[in-house]
Amino acid sequence: MTTRVGVVTFPGSLDDRDAQRAVRLAGAEPVALWHRDKDLHQVDAVVLPGGFSYGDYLRAGAISRFSPVMQSVIEQAKLGMPVLGICNGFQVLTESHLLPGAMLRNNHLHFICREQKLRVENAGTAWTRDYAAGQEIRIPLKNMDGRYTADARTIDELEAEGRVVFRYLDVNPNGSINDIAGITNAAGNVVGLMPHPEHAVEPLVGTGGTDGLGFFTSVLKQLVNA
Amino acid sequence: MSLDTVKNAEQTPDAAQPWAELGLKEDEYARIREILGRRPTGAELAMYSVMWSEHCSYKSSKVHLKQFGEKKPDSDAMLVGIGENAGVVDVGQGYAVTFKVESHNHPSYIEPYQGAATGIGGIVRDILAMGARPVAVMDPLRFGAADHPDTRRVLPGIVAGIGGYGNCLGLPNIGGEVVFDSCYQGNPLVNALCVGVMKHEDIHLAQASGAGNKVILYGARTGGDGIGGVSVLASETFDDTKPAKRPAVQVGDPFQEKLLIECTLEIFREKLVKGIQDLGGAGLSCATSELASAGSGGMRIELDTVHLRDHTLSPEEILMSESQERMCAIVEPDKVDRFLEICEKWDVIANVIGEVTDGERLEIFWHGELVVDVPPRTVAHEGPTYERPYARPSWQDALQADAPTAERLARPTTGEGLKADLLKVASHPNQASKSWITDQYDRFVLGNTVLSVGEDSGMIRIDEETNLGVSVATDGNGRFAKLDPYTGAQLALAEAYRNVAAGGAKPLAVSDCLNFGSPEDPDVMWQFAEATRGLADACLVLGTPVTGGNVSLYNQTGEVAIHPTPVVAVLGVIDDVTRRVPLAFAEEGQLLYLLGDTADELGGSAWSQAVHDHLGGLPPKVDLERERLLGEILISASRDGMIDAAHDLSDGGLGQALVESCLKGGHGARIVVPEGTDPFVLLFSESAGRAVVAVPRSEELRFNDMCTARGLPATRIGVVDGQELDVQGQFSVSLTELKDAHTGVIEALLG
Repeated sequence: MTTRVGVVTFPGSLDDRDAQRAVRLAGAEPVALWHRDKDLHQVDAVVLPGGFSYGDYLRAGAISRFSPVMQSVIEQAKLGMPVLGICNGFQVLTESHLLPGAMLRNNHLHFICREQKLRVENAGTAWTRDYAAGQEIRIPLKNMDGRYTADARTIDELEAEGRVVFRYLDVNPNGSINDIAGITNAAGNVVGLMPHPEHAVEPLVGTGGTDGLGFFTSVLKQLVNA
Repeated sequence: MSLDTVKNAEQTPDAAQPWAELGLKEDEYARIREILGRRPTGAELAMYSVMWSEHCSYKSSKVHLKQFGEKKPDSDAMLVGIGENAGVVDVGQGYAVTFKVESHNHPSYIEPYQGAATGIGGIVRDILAMGARPVAVMDPLRFGAADHPDTRRVLPGIVAGIGGYGNCLGLPNIGGEVVFDSCYQGNPLVNALCVGVMKHEDIHLAQASGAGNKVILYGARTGGDGIGGVSVLASETFDDTKPAKRPAVQVGDPFQEKLLIECTLEIFREKLVKGIQDLGGAGLSCATSELASAGSGGMRIELDTVHLRDHTLSPEEILMSESQERMCAIVEPDKVDRFLEICEKWDVIANVIGEVTDGERLEIFWHGELVVDVPPRTVAHEGPTYERPYARPSWQDALQADAPTAERLARPTTGEGLKADLLKVASHPNQASKSWITDQYDRFVLGNTVLSVGEDSGMIRIDEETNLGVSVATDGNGRFAKLDPYTGAQLALAEAYRNVAAGGAKPLAVSDCLNFGSPEDPDVMWQFAEATRGLADACLVLGTPVTGGNVSLYNQTGEVAIHPTPVVAVLGVIDDVTRRVPLAFAEEGQLLYLLGDTADELGGSAWSQAVHDHLGGLPPKVDLERERLLGEILISASRDGMIDAAHDLSDGGLGQALVESCLKGGHGARIVVPEGTDPFVLLFSESAGRAVVAVPRSEELRFNDMCTARGLPATRIGVVDGQELDVQGQFSVSLTELKDAHTGVIEALLG
């Protein structure tokens, strides 16, 4: 049976069709999920895509957290369903308390769009098992509020438990603590990051590389093996 | 103030009216009275004043613009021409592409962020209104001197506005231009282009037909922003001796626009609209009168049903409001419910505000009282036309006589001197890397960006199965146009055409944004007449029709006009985007060929500006047949895999092109100056009709044969090699030194 990966569309989601394409190229079936619909339509995993959900009014991700679909996503994530939050999706995950910490405005106060080098620190999560620990990848980054932050105890905990999944290399593009680009929950099924793996899945477009495809093939393997 | 109804207007024919304050001339006001057979009501006066403004009526420019129709080349590609929201071009496989470039110059000077943001919003709605999904944007921008304090005020705001709006819409920004010149000091040019894609059967037009069909206004609520924006901002120069008017720049909400786009596309998919128009300049006045005028003629609107943000607005203000993110659709009665349902799904406010009638009048009611009763064509399509006087400026001869000869401007005579000038050109803000600006724009979203910033053209894949794609380039050179507006306009077209071909796409059609000074100045009007004539003539030769565009006049501060600045966008199609040709020298050992002829042409060049701050002489000559041949060679070579890199030669000439291609690819080049060629002219001349290409050794024979057979001069000038740009016998400069000169310039001035 084909693996079904849901991609949520909130009002203001922008990279939802890109995430669907990445899921398809990885060999799974993308399923569009609508923010007002609590039904997850029997998906095996969920991607929360980038964008400006609900216009980022109040705070990025703050309103999405209360959407009907997120009630189901939160419930299933706690039961172990793989969930990936990209950029605005990461912000939704922290607002939903599925991941600790928060994102602040970039330290240089500008929107930044660039190719970003990352190191995969943890290749044991549902979304990174197709990478090797320590592997360096290049994927696009584009955001206004990307500076990851958390209190010192949380940071220590994340570092000690190996829950920092990605770290910025060469340049820290936003001033995030410890160059953190992405983190996971303790169970390893929920991952959030600011850069955009779904824009690096074809050699022709985006950065011209396929370093991001591993996110989507990883979750396929995870589900097949589960 | 009591309501000024039609009845009231009939009874009080002599009531004083503020026609002059609204920007109307005395004879224009008299004509309105003649059309109506009475004095206009306040609401009618408001409508006529905005719709007859320069911005909406093209009253000074249309006698010249009609050449674009009269000299239109035969093209099978044109599906919809000038006069609609945007032109539509057939790109094959059942796809149609619509694109247009527009200006938002004056609002962006007053309020840089919102001015630029709503410029994006407006052009995106124009594209959407044609039935297309918007897929990319581009921004040709022009500012005053890079080191002027006001540029620091204006530029960061404009860039943030374009990014803030475009990024939130999820549209990749795939290119554009950034030019600095002190002539734009008090009047930056903010042009915005959008490209949209649809299937042929999805094309929609702005017309209201079928009596009984409903008029639905949907999108944002109507507020007090942008009232009078059109007539006040676009038609008169800023003059602080007059009393301040109400805040006239609109405020944008990209989130609302994103919902409007998705909602509208879903409405199109279900085929629920008969006609559609976006609300831009002149708001509801424009949308209702244009829809009615282009349709069967009659429409009845109940203005008090419009959703308002501010309940104190008068009917005049509602008609003139330029609140953003609104659309107006004509819908058959049995489809209204489904239409409203889709709007509700996307949280978009919508309601029926009127209906199409079988009459010939546009009638607008306010709480049951008739406040507008006009023939819509007289508002929308039969505005005044001026034959403005024009004459070749008295200073033109002297300017052209001041040619940058070796006697007039000192030229480098040593290798060190050439190197110093190469670095001066590469580090001048006009040629320096614009990454500080372009990194604030999302170029990746939608996942179809094949070529973008830093390339000759932006290229988008439009079909993931077949790899069909389109590319767009925008170009304009105000310095060339100042020296000779006829040739300058043709050079802008030639460069954009060449840029599209350099990427491997076949140029199909043109959109233009004509930025000029005051039409009341005969010098400016001459520039405008010459530039339009030049552009129309060139489009005819190149076979690329003008599909639409925009005219922006009164671009000046006080008495001084900007350089005449026709910005030309060329759209091309490529059957297989995997064959696209980037400009980076990416493979060591590949052979570099210079295509075309190089003459001693330095008038208006980047070298004359960067090294001598000089403008004089004549711009490079234009040979359109040569441009067409060069384009064909570039397209064939890309399709057949004969070249791996191509870069058009324009600002800064061969020297600057080599700098960019070397830096982008991370490889140096060894250049041999051909026998009998002056190395200075080779490196800095801006002769048109040229490109540099990188040819794999295995393809050299085939490539040479093709150029010889077709009669295109192709000169082998070197090889991709090492980590230096080495011009043999002259100088050598490391990539590190080039990079230091070329990058960080804009940040240092503005960051």
